[in-house]
Amino acid sequence: MKLIYFAWLRTRIGLAEEWVEPPPSVRNVGDLLAWLPTRGPSYAHALADLEVVRVAVNQDYAAPDRVLAAGDEVALFPPVTGG
Amino acid sequence: MIRLQAAAFDPGIELRDFTRACPRGSGAVASFTGLVRDCGDGPALKAMTLEHYPGMTERQLALIDAEASRRWPLGRSLILHRFGRMLPGEAIVLVATASAHRRAALDACGFLIDWLKTKAPFWKLEETESGENWVEARASDEAAAGRWDDAPRAVPGTGRE
Repeated sequence: MKLIYFAWLRTRIGLAEEWVEPPPSVRNVGDLLAWLPTRGPSYAHALADLEVVRVAVNQDYAAPDRVLAAGDEVALFPPVTGG
Repeated sequence: MIRLQAAAFDPGIELRDFTRACPRGSGAVASFTGLVRDCGDGPALKAMTLEHYPGMTERQLALIDAEASRRWPLGRSLILHRFGRMLPGEAIVLVATASAHRRAALDACGFLIDWLKTKAPFWKLEETESGENWVEARASDEAAAGRWDDAPRAVPGTGRE
């Protein structure tokens, strides 16, 4: 699946986007957020406080129980600050 | 109507054009303009850069606009939002609504900006004399958006719920 990062999540992880193949145990958004920090210190640092991480799947806000599919576009970003 | 652009805009000209294009029967136009603000506490602000999520931004703005039209009888509405780098004092966002009466126009305008601030995927990066920092979301913005959750949706005399 395609992962996209914005704002300080992008700068802390050091990537704007990437393609990943999570293990089969990653079934939903919550699983993904638990798996990503195991990929390295920059991920662990960026995702240390999930209270300030929002997730969108295919450009719609998604809750932790949202089930993921292989072709999904999953975006991770901080609470928004537009307007 | 949704407009997303990098270019600067003049809120006065935009509001004039919006008002001219209102359908007959419009008796009230309300608007909100958001500006790049230097908070004054800390190093001077040089510029603000708005990052956004192309695709999702348009999608969310369209959903918010549609929700306003579902709740209030609007003759016309506009969300104009910039992205990219801008300078202190420049307009970031213009929201405008037109309706037969002021209450619907004012409430719909407030709703649009409150929901936009908590749902549209934009992030502000401040550029100051001493470096860059991401603006943090404010709990008061969540509270402002939340006050519309149970807002009365009926507009007296229109028969709309």
